[in-house]
Amino acid sequence: MSSISMRALTREFGSTRVVDRLDLDIESGEIFGLVGRNGAGKTTTVKMLTTLLPPTSGTALVAGYDIRTQAAQVRRVIGYVPQALSADGELTGYENLLVFARLFDIPRAERRRRIADALAFMELTDAAGRLVRSYSGGMIRRLEIAQSTLHRPRALFLDEPTVGLDPIARHAVWQHIVKLNAEYGTTVALTTHYMDEAEALCDRIAVMHKGAVVAVDTPQGLKARLGPDASLDDVFAHFAGGSPEGDGRYADTATIRTTADRLG
Amino acid sequence: MVASAAAFARKTLAIADMEVRRLRHDPTELLTRALQPALWLLVFGQVISRGHVVDTGDLPYLDFLVPGILAQSVLFIAIFNGISIIWERDLGIVHKFLASPTPRAALVLGKALGGGVRALIQAVVVVALALLLDVRVRWDPLGLAGAAALILLGAAVFSTFSLIIACLVKTRERFMGIGQVLTMPLFFASNAIYPTSMMPGWLQVISHLNPLTYQVDGLRELLLAGALPPGVGLGVDFAVLASALFVLVLISARLYPNIAR
Repeated sequence: MSSISMRALTREFGSTRVVDRLDLDIESGEIFGLVGRNGAGKTTTVKMLTTLLPPTSGTALVAGYDIRTQAAQVRRVIGYVPQALSADGELTGYENLLVFARLFDIPRAERRRRIADALAFMELTDAAGRLVRSYSGGMIRRLEIAQSTLHRPRALFLDEPTVGLDPIARHAVWQHIVKLNAEYGTTVALTTHYMDEAEALCDRIAVMHKGAVVAVDTPQGLKARLGPDASLDDVFAHFAGGSPEGDGRYADTATIRTTADRLG
Repeated sequence: MVASAAAFARKTLAIADMEVRRLRHDPTELLTRALQPALWLLVFGQVISRGHVVDTGDLPYLDFLVPGILAQSVLFIAIFNGISIIWERDLGIVHKFLASPTPRAALVLGKALGGGVRALIQAVVVVALALLLDVRVRWDPLGLAGAAALILLGAAVFSTFSLIIACLVKTRERFMGIGQVLTMPLFFASNAIYPTSMMPGWLQVISHLNPLTYQVDGLRELLLAGALPPGVGLGVDFAVLASALFVLVLISARLYPNIAR
């Protein structure tokens, strides 16, 4: 059964078509990667699927709900971790979770246990009482994933989950994503431009280029298309290549830089 | 209907609670903010008071000024809310809230209420200063409760107003510019530091359209013990501010999602 299905999903900004008639099905329980260069339309796609941005045309179903006409229902069954570091540095880890437990209507009697479970799952129990601004980048990411999964969403959207993290922190975040998917069966849709990340995590990958999907397959399948010795980097260069200039809006690059800076 | 109203209230309070917790972790902001009203009362107020420049009838000028400066500091705190929303947008916090099952109006109102709590703490500072200056405060529990309600309401009005501006201008730099351009006229075109009767006709008209005037008017009636200049009455003050808030929340709940796009 598919958890997310996009039907001719399109978004234009002025006369620029940023997402071009996407028809993708993401299966229930799958970890699915949207890869592509900066400006390929990955984040815009995620913003539409998370109801932050209405499509110009076409639509998508998330857990059976239409993002255009049933946005409120969609918001109940999804979790979302934006690309920028979105945990509140002025609050403790516990408080960051508490506010979302309330917004997700988790009953008062259950809140404490749910938050404790989420902290333990992400190995943040000892840091729960500290202000988040004292956390490392990897800890913040794990906290954000905890925040967005407190209500046990059917689909979790992660936009560039490890941008700016050091290799050890990245691996820790990957492990937790895999564990979450294995234990709760959460469908995970993530965007990345790191091919090692896509390979380590994703059951299937869609390569986006200039707003359109140019290839969808398992990592093995994509590599096999190019030859026996091809790496996923080769796949990326083949499908999303082109000139080094031209892609990536100023704002995208600025957000990535800011995120990387904040992660130190 | 009842269930959804309860959920709405719960979520509004969750957002407001978050703002209060932030303040608890770092209360230094409250101290720095106390400086401005202190200057207005201790310097501006004393000088004008000695010169007998402003005719406030039988009420000493400093008494007249205190509710005005109180309302002014509420206004300045509230206007700051808009810039915090732009900041939170840049951090992605707003996106996460918007992708959660929280009504837009609850996000707006919760934020406004958080601004209100900051303003209430500021009010305590201003009243303490007033006591130092021998201003005759009316110590009536009902009056104080009414003043607190009026401060919350006024803060909510101006917070929501600043949220609308933030949704329209979208960047911090532009907001800083516009924030300045808006707060000073709101302040000077009100009865905060001089009675409306001293104003030229055109300014009187603007002053009567300015919600700040009604907040100051109400605060004078609720807080002061001396002989007050004639006002429009508490009923009108509350009604004007409440209707302004209602309209502003409707507008900002519509505009709020734009900030994440």
